Amino acid sequence: MKASNPFWKPHLADRVPSQMAAELEVFENEIALKKQGKIEDRVFAETRLRRGAYGQRYDNGQRSDGQTTKKLLFPSEETKGPNTLWDAPGMQRIKIPFGGLDAPQLEMLADLCEEYSDGIAHITTRQDVQLHFIHIDDTPSIMRRLASVGITTREACGNAVRNVTACPIAGVCREQVFDVTPYAKAIAYFMLGHPDAQAFGRKFKISFSGCKDNACALARLHDFGAIAATREINGRIRRGFELWVGGGLGPVPQQARLFDEFVPEEEILPIGQAIARVFARLGEKKNRNTARIKFLVTKLGIAEFKRLVMEERQILPYDPAWTAFLKSVPTDAELPLKPPSLLQIDAAWPANSDKANFDRWRATNVYSQRQAGYATVTIALPLGDITATQLRAVADASRKYIKETVRSTVEQNLVLRWVSEADLPALFEDLKKGDLAAATAGTVMDVVSCPGTDTCKLGIASSRGLASELRTRLTAQNHTMDEAIRGLRIKISGCFNSCGQHHVSDLGFYGVSRNKNGYTVPHFQVVLGGEWTHNAGAYGLAIGAVPSKRIPETVERITGRYLAQRSVGESFQAFVKRIGKAECKAMLDDLMQVPSHDLDPSFYTDWGDAREFTIGDLGVGECAGEVITPIDFALVACEREVFEAQLSLDSGQFEKAAAMAYESMLHGAQALLKFKFFFAPEDADKIVAEFRAQFYDTELFFDPFVRGKFAQDFFNAHDDGGRAASPESAHQLIEQAQLFIEACYSCYARMSATPSKVMA
Amino acid sequence: MIDPNQVQHINIKIFVENPVAIDLADAIPVFHNWIKNSVCDEMLVDVADYRHVPAGPGVLLIGHQANYSLDHREGRLGLLYNRKDALPGTFRDRLNQAFGAALRATELLEDEPPFRGKLKFNRALTEVFVNDRLLAPNTDETWQALKPEIQEYFPGCVVERLGEPRDLFRVSATTR
Repeated sequence: MKASNPFWKPHLADRVPSQMAAELEVFENEIALKKQGKIEDRVFAETRLRRGAYGQRYDNGQRSDGQTTKKLLFPSEETKGPNTLWDAPGMQRIKIPFGGLDAPQLEMLADLCEEYSDGIAHITTRQDVQLHFIHIDDTPSIMRRLASVGITTREACGNAVRNVTACPIAGVCREQVFDVTPYAKAIAYFMLGHPDAQAFGRKFKISFSGCKDNACALARLHDFGAIAATREINGRIRRGFELWVGGGLGPVPQQARLFDEFVPEEEILPIGQAIARVFARLGEKKNRNTARIKFLVTKLGIAEFKRLVMEERQILPYDPAWTAFLKSVPTDAELPLKPPSLLQIDAAWPANSDKANFDRWRATNVYSQRQAGYATVTIALPLGDITATQLRAVADASRKYIKETVRSTVEQNLVLRWVSEADLPALFEDLKKGDLAAATAGTVMDVVSCPGTDTCKLGIASSRGLASELRTRLTAQNHTMDEAIRGLRIKISGCFNSCGQHHVSDLGFYGVSRNKNGYTVPHFQVVLGGEWTHNAGAYGLAIGAVPSKRIPETVERITGRYLAQRSVGESFQAFVKRIGKAECKAMLDDLMQVPSHDLDPSFYTDWGDAREFTIGDLGVGECAGEVITPIDFALVACEREVFEAQLSLDSGQFEKAAAMAYESMLHGAQALLKFKFFFAPEDADKIVAEFRAQFYDTELFFDPFVRGKFAQDFFNAHDDGGRAASPESAHQLIEQAQLFIEACYSCYARMSATPSKVMA
Repeated sequence: MIDPNQVQHINIKIFVENPVAIDLADAIPVFHNWIKNSVCDEMLVDVADYRHVPAGPGVLLIGHQANYSLDHREGRLGLLYNRKDALPGTFRDRLNQAFGAALRATELLEDEPPFRGKLKFNRALTEVFVNDRLLAPNTDETWQALKPEIQEYFPGCVVERLGEPRDLFRVSATTR
């Protein structure tokens, strides 16, 4: 697309490291071969994904305008992966190991988002940067330009080791055990392109945290989560890591299991390599829905998994890279640009400045480092978005006040580390000029959201639209907001895949849809009880689906109740636990109702989108505006059963909870059978057999992306007789039941809607 | 030596005269309708809403060959036409295409029901960008190469170079 594409390679010849240049040459050749029809779609899809070039909404060339689904007439019929048109815009994910960025890198991101994207760089919940609406033909130029400033997109997507994340205040944190940055960096580059990390069935996510108690890098929701630890060995304090494995969110969230209380620092890379080998060898390959390492750890049990890893470790050929980085750890620490200083407001305060706003900003966005006289400043980015101009302003500030020590965060912000405290007023003024001084960091206003339906093809509801709306409303209350509310976290995902990390939030939401008289209505499941601190210490559970347009009212009602009825010092999690999920749900019951389309059509569009809401390319159902069908009631009953299962789990009756969750799945399957055939068997075996024949074998129940996964979960639950061996597995079964019911709703929506004509 | 006829990806921004009268949210249904009714010459794909970003790209209508947006960069609201794919012809042909597309979009927007009587563009001031730093960096050399072409295209206007070296090459053309 860009006229300059052929010229970047010679222009940057002396600035791109030779290995990266060779890799990019290969990628460019693969693009050429694909255009010649010499590479299969599936193979090219994985090739580009491993370069971070991802699909985006409407990349199948079809788009609903709210009434009909039309073909997008891209110039070429060529494809770049299954059902993905060559010319359809895509997303470029850019790996930023441990979130570390310097000024030239920030400036490069500014140039790229301006020249190839829509003027925005988006910070993700895993410290990556994403550019949207990118043409595949532009990606080699983008990658060369990134390589010229030391950034790679290699393995940013695909079945590979993804971006290695780390606590953004590692090294400056007052509570850290030690700085995990050198270790995160070492493993990121050690695993990059490593032969033992190329044959996974799914992605592999690594995270490093400097302490146990704070949220930091959310170690316990990662495939490989390392938390800094020390131990006295032979009279010497040795560094190491408490290592957790098999954590993950997604449709089936799972807390990581403790692999070892102490892996010595010299063993962290080889243990990582051994885990990669075991995962590559024994992890699921055919069914991507059960291919994450969490399923392998569950299947084998943590003890057996560890035995296999240690066995593998023993036979690994020695690699000097395992420990080479350790020599530079003591001297590799970041340095400040300026000497330490103390903030003396009168002396440091610029003339004509706004002290009240500075104080508010300082209270939320400034963190006093462990190094006296220095502070880390958070730049709160709305929805993780930053413009090219702002990126250059951050680059300028990073040169003026610090030694270009900037990091992205999992809360979709940027931090400037090592600011000499006396510089804070001047830095505030500079940031204010660039609209970068919002006093919202780490507050309820700093809403986290995945891209959702804005750009992600898996999105069900508009997470960003909702996040923007909540942010606007909450910010309007900023000056009068109670501190107890200010400190809460809101995280939103557009679907059950959990990219917005809704499970580990005070108030979490994920997008679902519901059918109302043949119309599809955007909803969000309300997730309560999650814990952001303690490295994602607890996952919340959904209590019910609320129409998207009523989520702001939902937030208001829940937080209002918390404010009115909390005990002194009671946390939000403790409050939710005390009043119970049944009461939380009862509080929202009236908000869960959807007015008819005639009465209020606004419920049938999503936030920030004028079109009538649809899932996929389906139009308005045949029975629009007619009667409530029995399946509507039946599926609501299933939802209630899942909820009651949660209540049983909360009260310690995990066996009963598992049985109820399984029953809800059985009833969901039965409801679909009744909807299709007007009758259904009552016997469980017969329901399963009939459901398998009519909905699974025919693929009628299949989700476009996870295919038959939700049905498989149902079959597995049936095979297990609806039993669970532990509270953890009951929790998992409840999650699966919730998603199975969601899938029943989707299947029902597909069956009850009239497929709209695809217009040329 | 920069050959003007090698320069592609010309952007045009025409500013709104009365930005306070406008609610950018109104642009969302308008742009969705433009996609639905194929209002523009380009193939239109999607609408991107960045109202939450201060002084940002505003609301964009994403197209395959070009984007249109009610752009709010530098806090100045205007219609931005961003040509993405290359065009045949000379620099003047491309400038003419971009300016024509932008001008038409301003007229269409002024006539859209939510904006009618409220939105007014100032056509006496136009900014021209080149969205390609390699072929047209914001340097004296580019300025020397493109100034005569731009001046000739906007006769009677004051043509000035704007921005710093890191910015896209950018000039303003203001009616005297």
